[in-house]
Amino acid sequence: MNTQGKVFKYPDNVDTDVIIPARYLNTPDANELALHCMEDIDKDFVKKVSKGDIMVAGWNFGCGSSREHAPLVIKTCGTGCVIAKSFARIFYRNAINIGLPILECEEAAEEINADDEVSVNFDTGVITDITTGKSYKAQPFPPFIQNIIKSGGLLNSLKEGMSND
Amino acid sequence: MGMTMTQKILAAHAGLESVTAGQLINAKLDIVLGNDITTPVAVNEFKKAGFDKVFDKDRIAIVLDHFVPNKDIKAAEQSKTCRNFSCEHCISHFYDVGKMGIEHALLPEQGIVTAGDCIIGADSHTCTYGAVGAFSTGVGSTDMAAGMATGMAWFKVPSAIKFNLIGKLPDNCSGKDVILTIIGMIGVDGALYKSMEFIGEGVRNLSMDDRLCICNMAIEAGAKNGIFPVDEVTMEYLSGRSERNPIVYEADADAEYEKVIDIDLSAVVPVVACPHLPENTRPASELHDIVIDQVVIGSCTNGRLEDMEAAYKILNGKKIADGVRCIIIPGTMQILRECVQRGWYTAFIDAGAVVSTPTCGPCLGGYMGILAAGERCIATTNRNFVGRMGHVESEVYLASPHTAAASALTGYITEYKED
Repeated sequence: MNTQGKVFKYPDNVDTDVIIPARYLNTPDANELALHCMEDIDKDFVKKVSKGDIMVAGWNFGCGSSREHAPLVIKTCGTGCVIAKSFARIFYRNAINIGLPILECEEAAEEINADDEVSVNFDTGVITDITTGKSYKAQPFPPFIQNIIKSGGLLNSLKEGMSND
Repeated sequence: MGMTMTQKILAAHAGLESVTAGQLINAKLDIVLGNDITTPVAVNEFKKAGFDKVFDKDRIAIVLDHFVPNKDIKAAEQSKTCRNFSCEHCISHFYDVGKMGIEHALLPEQGIVTAGDCIIGADSHTCTYGAVGAFSTGVGSTDMAAGMATGMAWFKVPSAIKFNLIGKLPDNCSGKDVILTIIGMIGVDGALYKSMEFIGEGVRNLSMDDRLCICNMAIEAGAKNGIFPVDEVTMEYLSGRSERNPIVYEADADAEYEKVIDIDLSAVVPVVACPHLPENTRPASELHDIVIDQVVIGSCTNGRLEDMEAAYKILNGKKIADGVRCIIIPGTMQILRECVQRGWYTAFIDAGAVVSTPTCGPCLGGYMGILAAGERCIATTNRNFVGRMGHVESEVYLASPHTAAASALTGYITEYKED
């Protein structure tokens, strides 16, 4: 599994309120919510993003609320992957549970620039900045979490587990 | 090697003798919680995955609190989804308008959570229940759906930071000043993925409302959970309230902590977290030049009876400053009723404040006090992110009920001093 696209770069502590403001949380519809993704920090993100594009951010990405709507809108917009120095724990968990690929890699998050063309190989954790020619290796997920991702999310993996019992 | 209090609760719920930090476990859940924003997403996922029954109708709590009474048609549809699901599955702890409260004020008050529990909630402030000696953490809607279906959740066993509390708080400070001080020290990711375990002789000087407030904001330091030991204050609070028997777990004497931080409660001062992160704390006394347009006293952090009492003591017989809107939101119907019965409601109105029925409303910029561009609010809520309470150019300053009420009277950020 791979993704390749243009980089949108964000700072430390990007919170779930700027990813998807609560004033729009009166619907669970992902497509409707996705129209407002990143609106309060990057007004034109939704217009600019193309399928496979990559978000690169600093420490503690996704801090704040437990709203699963946050990884959901990032995924629904077509974002192929989020690379950050670290993720807030509920966001991390939610991203895995809904199948949004995320990678922790401090060096990549520091060095990759906005608008660079970047490719990510999820099997190996290798991140390649095609613009600068530099490669990085992200921490791979533990096997337990890899299984959830491979199954297509938590509920699918639970169903598989139940039918295997 | 010894275990922390959190690790002991997790080990017991995973059916293991012991666990160590970093271990992945599957644990049995005592309570699974959701609200009117997160439950509709969970219900969709639950149905999509083909589940048709919940693991235990008595172990699920669904509380309509964020946008009720329904703020608009879409919010009404979300409430309806929760209502229908709760009815279909005979959820015993379903709380609708008239019975509801802000979830993290309501569940402890109603005795739905107790010491020794393992709890997940699709709301980040689910970490509140560590105050009664439970392991309790926020998750997303998919985890809630899985929890409702199976009664289980996976966890990575956290390491811990120990906060050794000594002394007693000054009269103009509360639990809010303690947790804001701590977040100011360690930062918004200072406890990322970890437990915050509050221990020490100072614990006995903290009321249950203080402890609930402190644990509530553990997430604002990135923590997985916050937790207090069970003592006489806890047992007194739980007695006659808990619907299940409390189980007391204690950290082992040789439990390992990543860090130990001493907090002298007597040295705490009224603090305010300035925009746009809860870690931007400064003493309230240094912020007299911050003129405010709005005051909010309420939320899952500070909507409890002691918070209302602090507001009453300060506002009683006084007038809110001209040009300031003061919004007071008791956390539950029971607390609202107490405010009415004790005459506090009248005092609030006479001071020039408005009192709302319980709701998360303005805390997350939902409704009931949204800010315009350039406006400033001092609030007893928990987050001051960009746009949190309204316009992206508005500002939220986080403070205790004492500081918020004192500021309502002057019109600028003011620490409370007893007359």
